[in-house]
Amino acid sequence: MTLGLREFHPFEAAGRRYLYLVPSAAVFALDDCSEAILHELRGGPQPLAHLTTTLTGRFDALEVTDTIAELQRVRALAEVTGRPPAPMPKIVPLRPVPLQTLVVNVTNQCNLACTYCYEYGEDKIVDTTNGLQPKFMSEETARDSVEFALRESRENTHAHITFFGGETLMNFPVLKSTIAYARRRAAEVGKEIDFSLTTNATLLQPDVIEFLATERVGVTISIDGPEEMQDKFRVFNNGQGSYAMAAPKIKALLQRHRTRPVGARVTLTRQTLDVKRIYDHLTHELGFWEVGFAPVTTAPGRDYAIADAGFDHLLEQFRALAADYLEASLQNRHHGFSNVRETLQEIHQGHAKAYPCGAGIGLMGVSTDGRVALCHRFAGSDDHGLGTVKDGVSWEKQQAFLDTHHIANKTDCATCWARPICAGGCYHEANTRYGTTQSPNLHYCDWIRGWTHTCLEIYGELAARNPGFLAQFDDEPTEKIS
Amino acid sequence: MKHLTAINRKATRMEEVTKDVVALQGPPQQPEPPHIPNGCSLVFSPGWEADRNGGTAGLCQPVERDLFDCHMGCFWPAQVPDQLNHAPDWTAKCAAAQKDWRKIDLIFPDEKK
Repeated sequence: MTLGLREFHPFEAAGRRYLYLVPSAAVFALDDCSEAILHELRGGPQPLAHLTTTLTGRFDALEVTDTIAELQRVRALAEVTGRPPAPMPKIVPLRPVPLQTLVVNVTNQCNLACTYCYEYGEDKIVDTTNGLQPKFMSEETARDSVEFALRESRENTHAHITFFGGETLMNFPVLKSTIAYARRRAAEVGKEIDFSLTTNATLLQPDVIEFLATERVGVTISIDGPEEMQDKFRVFNNGQGSYAMAAPKIKALLQRHRTRPVGARVTLTRQTLDVKRIYDHLTHELGFWEVGFAPVTTAPGRDYAIADAGFDHLLEQFRALAADYLEASLQNRHHGFSNVRETLQEIHQGHAKAYPCGAGIGLMGVSTDGRVALCHRFAGSDDHGLGTVKDGVSWEKQQAFLDTHHIANKTDCATCWARPICAGGCYHEANTRYGTTQSPNLHYCDWIRGWTHTCLEIYGELAARNPGFLAQFDDEPTEKIS
Repeated sequence: MKHLTAINRKATRMEEVTKDVVALQGPPQQPEPPHIPNGCSLVFSPGWEADRNGGTAGLCQPVERDLFDCHMGCFWPAQVPDQLNHAPDWTAKCAAAQKDWRKIDLIFPDEKK
């Protein structure tokens, strides 16, 4: 029998050696014998007898045999048969999956005119300015959306609605009445429901803040950092920056709203790549509990697009901030760098994703006219539509989507060890960059691998030095909306 | 498992599952046939330098393996004690031949009979 290595990504932390197995996404720690076996096989497959003979000087023959069996069982090793490996199994859901999150775009209007905006900027998919859609969602469509969310949550006892825009608070009256309606209807059908929204903070009046706090609405604020960074792209129509208006309102919100953690969501551009500074400002000076960063979604060549060298720089900065996260976590202190927390949770769960996110499965987006699409970023787009909140969505369309977007179709991803976590990345980003949702986001592969490796190291470090800290990741992760 | 430590939840689940879950996704597979050495010196069968897997691990080697294989799998009872009549517990202490072969007792004919 000849043995060879299968797919895994080795990493080291706290003086221990670990394996991240692909595609199972399981993490195992190695002992000396298992490490020696994997080391021997690095050069290529070897006959079992040869492998055993090489290692018997260092380990008991029986120990070597046992360890090989364990490594085979977790699929770190396999017999080399000379036949081509079996193709990746492609398992597509056979019946509709319960909807967990419905993102409701209550308006497509915005009081800001952020230059990089995926909804209004150069790379928009739907004509929100001159299109046929109403600028504001009607109360009736919002109610239909609630019914849709409750109905499509199927056997789940819990439903979640996220309000989105445009600027969500420009349609505050409908948002307010919809929450009251949804609570009543959820109670009638015996389900729990909760809410969140994303806003640019400029319209946070005291009565709005009061409402969000008492109704326990989760709030995410889009903000890019200190004044000079925020005002570079997040501007009003006249070009004036929005920091001066947003900052005091954010402080007021953070002071009053204590029922749910309030997070900041930062868009990173070529011109505002200073992660540590942005983080410090948003947490220490403004008081955010958590800060999440995302590189701007853009077609290549835009002035604000992050180029290859920029991604290297970004990775360096993420690593520095992640080191702070690790230090705090080893002492059981809170650290608000949510990108690490989210990745650690995914590593801890070990889900091997067939799809990069829940879009079109557990998550859908509704446009102002009640059309349902893959997610809020595609809301209103005919090409990515699944149905309407009134008439429901087409399972055939959903199935076709799941069939064509499965990781097994993304041949570029077939040899990448990070695919259980990345699965090709954001559909919207791919659509903007490559013109199709089916393409993997090849422009940030190195960045994803680099970042996943860093998070694996942090995970290994915590598993060795403060394993109790990882218990918080036992719960299933929730979909993040950005 | 003794040599690998499960760290994340997926690893723990893999450890708990005793069945081969990945194999369940494929077509049904034939169970492993019992091991019978591929020929021995009683018959002339060229090619028995390899076992049924095409390797050498399953051959009548080393000697302790030979002992058991000939005893159980082949018709060659003369070299080992008569397990049916006189020495039923002859192999009781030898659960795994490769490891325990030293524990096999020597059997002497009962002189009184």
